[in-house]
Amino acid sequence: MSLKLMKGCEAIAEAAIQAGCRYFFGYPITPQNDIPEYMSARMPQVGGCFLQSESELAAINMVYGAGGAGARVMTSSSSPGISLKQEGISTCAAAEIPCVIVNMMRGGPGLGNIQASQGDYFQAVKGGGHGDYHAVVYAPSSIQETVDLMPKAFDVADEYRTPVIILADGLIGQMMEPVELKENPNPVLPEKPWAATGYDPNGKKPRAVLNSLYIETEDLDVLVDRLHARYEVIQKKEKMVELYNTEDAEFILCAYGTVARVCKAAVRLLGEQGVKVGLVRPITLWPFPSEAVHDAAAQKSVKAALTVEMSDGQLLEDIRLAVNGDKPVEFMGKAGSIIPTAEEVAERIMKMRRA
Amino acid sequence: MATIFKRTSVLTDVPFHYCPGCGHGIVHRMVAEVIEELGIRNKTAGVAPVGCAVFAYNYFDVDMYEAAHGRAPAVATGYKRVHPENIVFTYQGDGDLASIGTAEIVQAAHRGEKITTIFINNAIYGMTGGQMAPTTLVGQKTTTSPLGRSKEHCGEPIRMAEMLATINGAAYIERTALNSTANIIRTKAAIKKAFETQIAGKGFSMVEVLSPCPTNWGKSPAESMDWIAENMIPYYPLGVMKEA
Amino acid sequence: MLEKNIFAGFGGQGVLLMGQLLAAAGMMEGKKTSWIPSYGPEMRGGTANCSVMLSDMEIDSPIVTKPTALVVMNRPSLEKFESAVVPGGSIFVNSSLIDIKVQRTDVNVYYIPCNEIAAELGNDKVANMIMLGAYLGKAKCVEIETVLDALLEKLGEKKAKLIPLNREALLRGAACIE
Repeated sequence: MSLKLMKGCEAIAEAAIQAGCRYFFGYPITPQNDIPEYMSARMPQVGGCFLQSESELAAINMVYGAGGAGARVMTSSSSPGISLKQEGISTCAAAEIPCVIVNMMRGGPGLGNIQASQGDYFQAVKGGGHGDYHAVVYAPSSIQETVDLMPKAFDVADEYRTPVIILADGLIGQMMEPVELKENPNPVLPEKPWAATGYDPNGKKPRAVLNSLYIETEDLDVLVDRLHARYEVIQKKEKMVELYNTEDAEFILCAYGTVARVCKAAVRLLGEQGVKVGLVRPITLWPFPSEAVHDAAAQKSVKAALTVEMSDGQLLEDIRLAVNGDKPVEFMGKAGSIIPTAEEVAERIMKMRRA
Repeated sequence: MATIFKRTSVLTDVPFHYCPGCGHGIVHRMVAEVIEELGIRNKTAGVAPVGCAVFAYNYFDVDMYEAAHGRAPAVATGYKRVHPENIVFTYQGDGDLASIGTAEIVQAAHRGEKITTIFINNAIYGMTGGQMAPTTLVGQKTTTSPLGRSKEHCGEPIRMAEMLATINGAAYIERTALNSTANIIRTKAAIKKAFETQIAGKGFSMVEVLSPCPTNWGKSPAESMDWIAENMIPYYPLGVMKEA
Repeated sequence: MLEKNIFAGFGGQGVLLMGQLLAAAGMMEGKKTSWIPSYGPEMRGGTANCSVMLSDMEIDSPIVTKPTALVVMNRPSLEKFESAVVPGGSIFVNSSLIDIKVQRTDVNVYYIPCNEIAAELGNDKVANMIMLGAYLGKAKCVEIETVLDALLEKLGEKKAKLIPLNREALLRGAACIE
């Protein structure tokens, strides 16, 4: 197995294929165009299908069709396009369709800009579409981690019959890093007896009805309860978090994705100045690793926590809920795609230290 | 005793919820009969719309999806790409297909997607309570055009069959009506032709069916049939628009 | 070792490729590397730039705000990034196209007439490789032969005949550094 210098978008696409994804539906939008471009060349080589849809709306509904037909399927977009997909994501959650949706976040609101941002945290983590549902949300901070998470994303989607979102940012999509890809020419996929593959009334398999409409109150209640029970299992089993240098730290930084890497650099800078700072990096944003965040921040040694994000106080809310008032939680962040520097983060911690 | 007529096994036992005199029941039965006659039941999936046929997944005894408003052709596309050897149809009304779902239906035809669409044109939104559709005739009163549809205010009704027939990927497009026994028989033949077009892998196929909605038209079932003949057919001519 | 570089120039001058080759060569020599391009409308006819990091240790943040080396192929790039270079860092200036001098006195400056040397070699397109050679002559962070290996991988065997010209360009660039 060897290292290859790959663009994030291309690495994600290849990792999806290695994870058994054979169907991709998407619509061009910067900064994630390398994903559909790569898929358009690769899918025919592996007997899969790439289709450029007429819109993001159509793409997510094609995902519904293909996921409902039992295939491993993916779509990708960037912020404004992900907004268009929300109708379909809500539908897929309700119809219990496994699928993977990649969001290479760019600046917003509205058309915003095309640089990296984290402004879609609420949209991804708190629902996005209408109704009571969740999607599992992974927030990788390097290309290698993104690649490693892809098989997991598809497995989790299948196991819980749920949409899974890869919430990355434009920077992870556009940058290149050495990456090790595990080749998996014949991925073993789980059986999906519920999928629409053809119905024989004399056979054993029940008729597939993939549906998000439950017009009788009692029926909808059954669905929502079933989803709720599933979400509880996901909360128990699927949380992922990285704790970096947190033990006995004086301050705790909280960040995800690209910003978490900046924070790691800040931890090192501060360490050189003799200030012990740790980083809590949620890898799953839903389910949110509240206990780990709380335990790191509530340590006796900790004076305060600082949430750093490329958005206007979105991650902050979940960090504060997790810390639950046990320590002060401060906020440092900017929307508009300004990436904070390690020096700025270190400076802020020094200021908090003097306060 | 000899059986001379039997209901098709491709419909479930669930009673239709449709209003008296509605065309959906007739078309459902004919679609199910065609699926049975073509021997494709075991490999057919349907996609139900949003609109009066929203519960079609309860009636057709094949694999079924329920799609969000207008998205049925996209969902059918996803299914067909995974199971190209199978048969898939969408069943859509005029709000679903000719308004909110125009992009999906036009682009499915444009790609030559090998799917079959049954398009029920009754010139009105039924499920939501009789609002104006893109197919509502000029002068026709609806709950959102209480003075009658005004050409100046919202244009003239859209002819989907003619429009889709201009697209290269469309292999078979026909418009039929339910206003007489002869036209009902022709409708069934058209539905069969549309499915055969898909089986032959020729491209996109659609049958637009002019269908009565007595409840929202405020007419009796018999008056509704006459209204189709007198008002709809002159504006929406019947016939094969495209046959590749 | 921790090299934090910014390569900048007009779109079409091959600055993104310079950075990619350096990152790929670093990876081939077992170093940790990262490459970040500027992207978007500014790429179309305007200036392009990329940040490249090379390190013996894991790269925490791949974002370069204070480069240890700045490589500029055109004047707007020098004007944009000159002030960002760390004191004691290096600036490599394509003196064929940049008619101003570096104002900073706390950095090492190398003026390389890339386009003129390229013309001597008979191919304007290798100006970027001459500049990359100059950078390597100073930074010495990867071997020139490794860069050529990375280039060959990028070009494919069909274009292997271009390697000798590029080798010469890299060596001529490196020779500009005393």
